[in-house]
Amino acid sequence: MSVLDSKVPEGPLKDKWTNYKDKINLVNPANKRSIDIIVVGTGLAGGSAAATLAELGYNVKAFCYQDSPRRAHSIAAQGGINAAKNYQGDGDSTFRLFYDTVKGGDYRSREANVYRLAEVSANIIDQCVAQGVPFARDYGGLLDNRSFGGVLVSRTFYAKGQTGQQLLLGAYSAMNRQIARGKIEMHNRHEMLDVVKIDGKARGIIARNLVTGEIERHSAHAVVIATGGYGNVYFLSTNAMGSNATAAWKIHKKGAFFANPCYTQIHPTCIPRSGDYQSKLTLMSESLRNDGRIWVPKKMEDVLAIREGRKKPTDLSEEERDYYLERRYPAFGNLVPRDVASRAAKERCDAGYGVNATGEAVYLDFQSAIERYGNEQAKLHGLTNPSKEKITELGEEIVRAKYGNLFQMYEKIVDENPYKTPMMIYPATHYTMGGIWVDYNLMTTVEGLYCIGEANFSDHGANRLGASALMQGLADGYFILPYTIGDYLSHEIRTGKIPTDTPEFDEAEKAVKDRINAFINNKGTHSVDYFHKKLGKVMWDKCGMSRNATDLKKAISEIKEIREEFYKSVKVPGRADEMNPELEKAGRVADFLELGELFAKDALMREESCGGHFREESVELEGEQKGEAKRNDAEFAFVAAWEYKGEPSDAVLHKEELEFKDIELKQRSYK
Amino acid sequence: MNLTLKIWRQNGSQDKGRMVDYQVSDISKDMSFLEMMDVLNEQIINKGEEPVAFDHDCREGICGMCSMHINGEAHGPDKGITTCQLHMRSFKDGDTITIEPFRAKAFPVIKDLVVDRSSFERIQQAGGYISVNTSGNTQDANAIPIDKHAADKAMDAATCIGCGACVASCKNASAMLFVGAKVSQYALLPQGQVEAVDRVKNMVAQMDLEGFGNCTNTGACEVECPKGISLENIARLNREYFKANVKG
Ligand SMILES: Cc1cc2nc3c(=O)[nH]c(=O)nc-3n(C[C@H](O)[C@H](O)[C@H](O)COP(=O)(O)OP(=O)(O)OC[C@H]3O[C@@H](n4cnc5c(N)ncnc54)[C@H](O)[C@@H]3O)c2cc1C
Ligand code: SF4
Ligand code: FES
Repeated sequence: MSVLDSKVPEGPLKDKWTNYKDKINLVNPANKRSIDIIVVGTGLAGGSAAATLAELGYNVKAFCYQDSPRRAHSIAAQGGINAAKNYQGDGDSTFRLFYDTVKGGDYRSREANVYRLAEVSANIIDQCVAQGVPFARDYGGLLDNRSFGGVLVSRTFYAKGQTGQQLLLGAYSAMNRQIARGKIEMHNRHEMLDVVKIDGKARGIIARNLVTGEIERHSAHAVVIATGGYGNVYFLSTNAMGSNATAAWKIHKKGAFFANPCYTQIHPTCIPRSGDYQSKLTLMSESLRNDGRIWVPKKMEDVLAIREGRKKPTDLSEEERDYYLERRYPAFGNLVPRDVASRAAKERCDAGYGVNATGEAVYLDFQSAIERYGNEQAKLHGLTNPSKEKITELGEEIVRAKYGNLFQMYEKIVDENPYKTPMMIYPATHYTMGGIWVDYNLMTTVEGLYCIGEANFSDHGANRLGASALMQGLADGYFILPYTIGDYLSHEIRTGKIPTDTPEFDEAEKAVKDRINAFINNKGTHSVDYFHKKLGKVMWDKCGMSRNATDLKKAISEIKEIREEFYKSVKVPGRADEMNPELEKAGRVADFLELGELFAKDALMREESCGGHFREESVELEGEQKGEAKRNDAEFAFVAAWEYKGEPSDAVLHKEELEFKDIELKQRSYK
Repeated sequence: MNLTLKIWRQNGSQDKGRMVDYQVSDISKDMSFLEMMDVLNEQIINKGEEPVAFDHDCREGICGMCSMHINGEAHGPDKGITTCQLHMRSFKDGDTITIEPFRAKAFPVIKDLVVDRSSFERIQQAGGYISVNTSGNTQDANAIPIDKHAADKAMDAATCIGCGACVASCKNASAMLFVGAKVSQYALLPQGQVEAVDRVKNMVAQMDLEGFGNCTNTGACEVECPKGISLENIARLNREYFKANVKG
């Protein structure tokens, strides 16, 4: 056997998890009290895991870099969470959710993990409702659903446009209950800077107190990493400013394999950038594609007229508009998966049809939806011959109820009223499917070190479907890790407290301090952001929505150069022993500068197009699918897990072959 | 546009702190307020000085991290938004802008514009939850239908982002709007009923312990709240508290 044993249990797909749970080793309640677990990250994954592990009786120490667990980046998720409840009676089932997720991921995820995810999804909704999460309801008082891209059923639960916020507040409230009981020791404003290994097992972490600058040692019997994705490697993304890869990268350097780093999701509907000062991009939730129609003008002269302000989008008649998604993908229309929608927008803008000054924007139009809802409402209200204005008014009311906060957000940023003129949108980096490799137990290649949520690679293959990240985070934290970690910890009941005054802790702490001092003493010439922006530009231009071998090779050497320049001339003001946001950024960007290179190396290796990874060399040349991405199952149906060996360029590839026993591998068609 | 910024600088909680003047130029009206702060900090770093520390993360008005008092108003002049959602088009060339941290006894300054809001954490820990374990055997989510209006109201209360602007804009530094929002969310849902008495008592007790002031119904909090949390929630908190004390 190779080192990559996925530990997927035997037996039929649909019985694996149940049978496995029945046979798993348990820790008795008295012994749990003497076992410590560190959870780094308090987003949906870390927050739900910390709360559940504490409920079970373990002593949990949780960490986050914000001033409260409730502020983790999960809070920003807008659209919703999937679950195979089939409340709408539209043919949904565990198998269908599983199938959609595997297909949506372009057949690059592990079948058994995805099935388990679909299986526990319904429990998530039950749990959240019991916690008091105020999901949207219909007039009968029952839960409402909406549709997301890449599927033909309505299985997405939502709380207005603030689903992530409400789910996170649910997990946070469960954490608060355990903090009050003393079962969770919460460390806010702390950043993990390394993991400590003793005899090959993860036994603790080194963390910096971001208020005092103090470097602290924390020990435990197992360490869980739930620190989110690495989208900020692009500098501009929809992630929070502080979202980072540091914890994941540090454990990678200590032996955890990094899987599929090149699988990134570029989300089709984000607010386009407006200038060089831009610090982040804002997502307009995918749920908008339920009702919004995407288009650009058919004629180049209209494009120019719009850019020069001679025409408004609303001046163009239906015939003058190219609803290019409806044209190219009649079956799914505006609800094709994200990667497909993003590439289609890029294709139109590259061809010169972009509708703003930078040429990088397409329209997302709600006019038809407003009319449709308006007419519906007029009927419901029994209005005969309602005026056009009345219909618009009624329609806008419905749209406001559904997406009000998103429309408001758009108006604040762009200074245009999206009820009256179509939104302008463009793709932006949003989510990273790649991440730390984990087995079926969610354990990394380091014993006792677990990784959950967006930080791991597990469930989304090469492309994630909308509303599935929240599902995965909560599935991992509430329902999967609490079982699988028990199996490992059942062997730790006699270990006793892990001391922190050992050579392993000494060494890890010294390395962390040395690095911090090197930054502070560097006296360079450029700010951290200067380098981050440079890296971001290489990533976007050469490792973005479409990739080719020549550019990827260039990216590898350019990133290396930026990294060398960074260490030579980065300037970090202030001291190490105080609150110092520039120092925090420096450490994060240093890690992005290594991860970025591995990313490009992985993308170069994968000479096929799959999901979010589009290689220009690998497209369908003829037939109905001409120009669409071409997967190569014969050679690339594997997970690429990289082992750290010094420089990113020295990383060694390990393959986990993907087997599909319950699903037939097919070309993903949304035509 | 060109602007003069008067910014509160305080090097750590022990420092007395002072206002310092800065000039920034070529600020675009499409920049967000925090992007303007980024430009300022880049300028400060290039001069070899220490940049202004401020809290921020999501930069889209949802995490509740950003917390600036701008020209005497929590989150600045525009209504219904957080500092990170404020754009420079709300100012004009030549303006002088005063930037201070949220001020309240229960929110001590950590550094510059960064304050310590852990008092909010402790209030939530005192009872801001429903005691239900994660088991996988919880009853079906649709087993208890909830009136849409109650659910929508609960959602409105639940949108509080815990930023603290209500406290910072209240002359008594009262936290009633924040606590009212949390108590209301649970009071409006059937799931929250079982623990209603203890919840409201414990949360209010913790609020008093943290040194937040009394509510004298000035309504300043509602005006400055970026999420439009309404005073109705304070009224509901008072009712719940009264009920709880009657029940004992
Ligand atoms: C704008 C936006 C909208 C989205 N909408 C949806 C949606 O509608 N549906 C959906 O399913 N998904 C959505 N997603 C994706 C989804 O929100 C995320 O994938 C998911 O929330 C990630 O959760 P997490 O728990 O893995 O990590 P996060 O929520 O990112 O949490 C990371 C945690 O780790 C901590 N941390 C990080 N580094 C360190 C360190 N070094 N030391 C200590 N702590 C650290 C942070 O403090 C934080 O607590 C959206 C994403 C974005 C950006
Ligand atoms: S009530 Fe409003 S102002 Fe107060 S913390 Fe909540 S969101 Fe902020
Ligand atoms: S930075 Fe998150 S609300 Fe302002």
